Amino acid sequence: MATTKPRTLSLSKRGLNFEMFMWLFTRLSALGMYALILVAIIGALVMGAREQMNLADVLRWGFMPNSGHVQSVPLDNADAWATPFWRLTASALLLLAVAHGVHGLVVIADDYIDTARGRLIVRWLSIAMMISMSLIGLYVLWTS
Amino acid sequence: MSLNRNVSLASGLRYRGQGPMLTFILHRIGGLGMAVFVTMHILASFLGGDIGKFLNDVYRNWLFQIFIFFCALFHAINGLRITIIDLLPKLLVHQREAIWVEWAIFIPLFAIAVFVIISTAGG
Repeated sequence: MATTKPRTLSLSKRGLNFEMFMWLFTRLSALGMYALILVAIIGALVMGAREQMNLADVLRWGFMPNSGHVQSVPLDNADAWATPFWRLTASALLLLAVAHGVHGLVVIADDYIDTARGRLIVRWLSIAMMISMSLIGLYVLWTS
Repeated sequence: MSLNRNVSLASGLRYRGQGPMLTFILHRIGGLGMAVFVTMHILASFLGGDIGKFLNDVYRNWLFQIFIFFCALFHAINGLRITIIDLLPKLLVHQREAIWVEWAIFIPLFAIAVFVIISTAGG
């Protein structure tokens, strides 16, 4: 065949169902999490991590910018690490990570559970887990 | 309405998917490892007390730190490859080269991290 015909349908022809939406969400939330982790690491460096922290502390803070993660670090200005800005950054990271992770668990479960009833149970369990972990995580972030 | 797979477990294990298959399996192990760790970690912070202390002792162990950092770093780097290739499907022809680049980034970073973790644990 000399001419290459596109083998994929455009999104408008294919329609956006739930699985397609979550496929896209998984990729976009990954990009969002890279951005938030980068913001947290740059923020740590701006706030003096170069003199006051080791690599493990910076990474612990980077993966979740929660003030509890730098409690054991002797910081010059501990208040700067517990501002609403960092709590909002941490909350955004938490919500993206929980949604991304719980959907990932559903994808894995679907590979091993092949009855319609089993998959329905997994979906309801995943919704319950997503809501409860988001709420518990937000509680921990905003009360620490 | 169950799926009918005509593949036995033995032939499933014998399947040779090479590089892409390995990254697929490790991506899964990494994702599962992080999902379990993060869930337990959030619950430990929420509950506190003896359970929280016990779980925090597990997390401080250097073997656990090597495992969880493997999960996080591999999942992050492999996830970036998947995201870039899936959002720009024309790059799919370079899939295998992308996996080599991925290992070239992962191995030095992970080696440095393991060195730091072990030297910190050793005092």
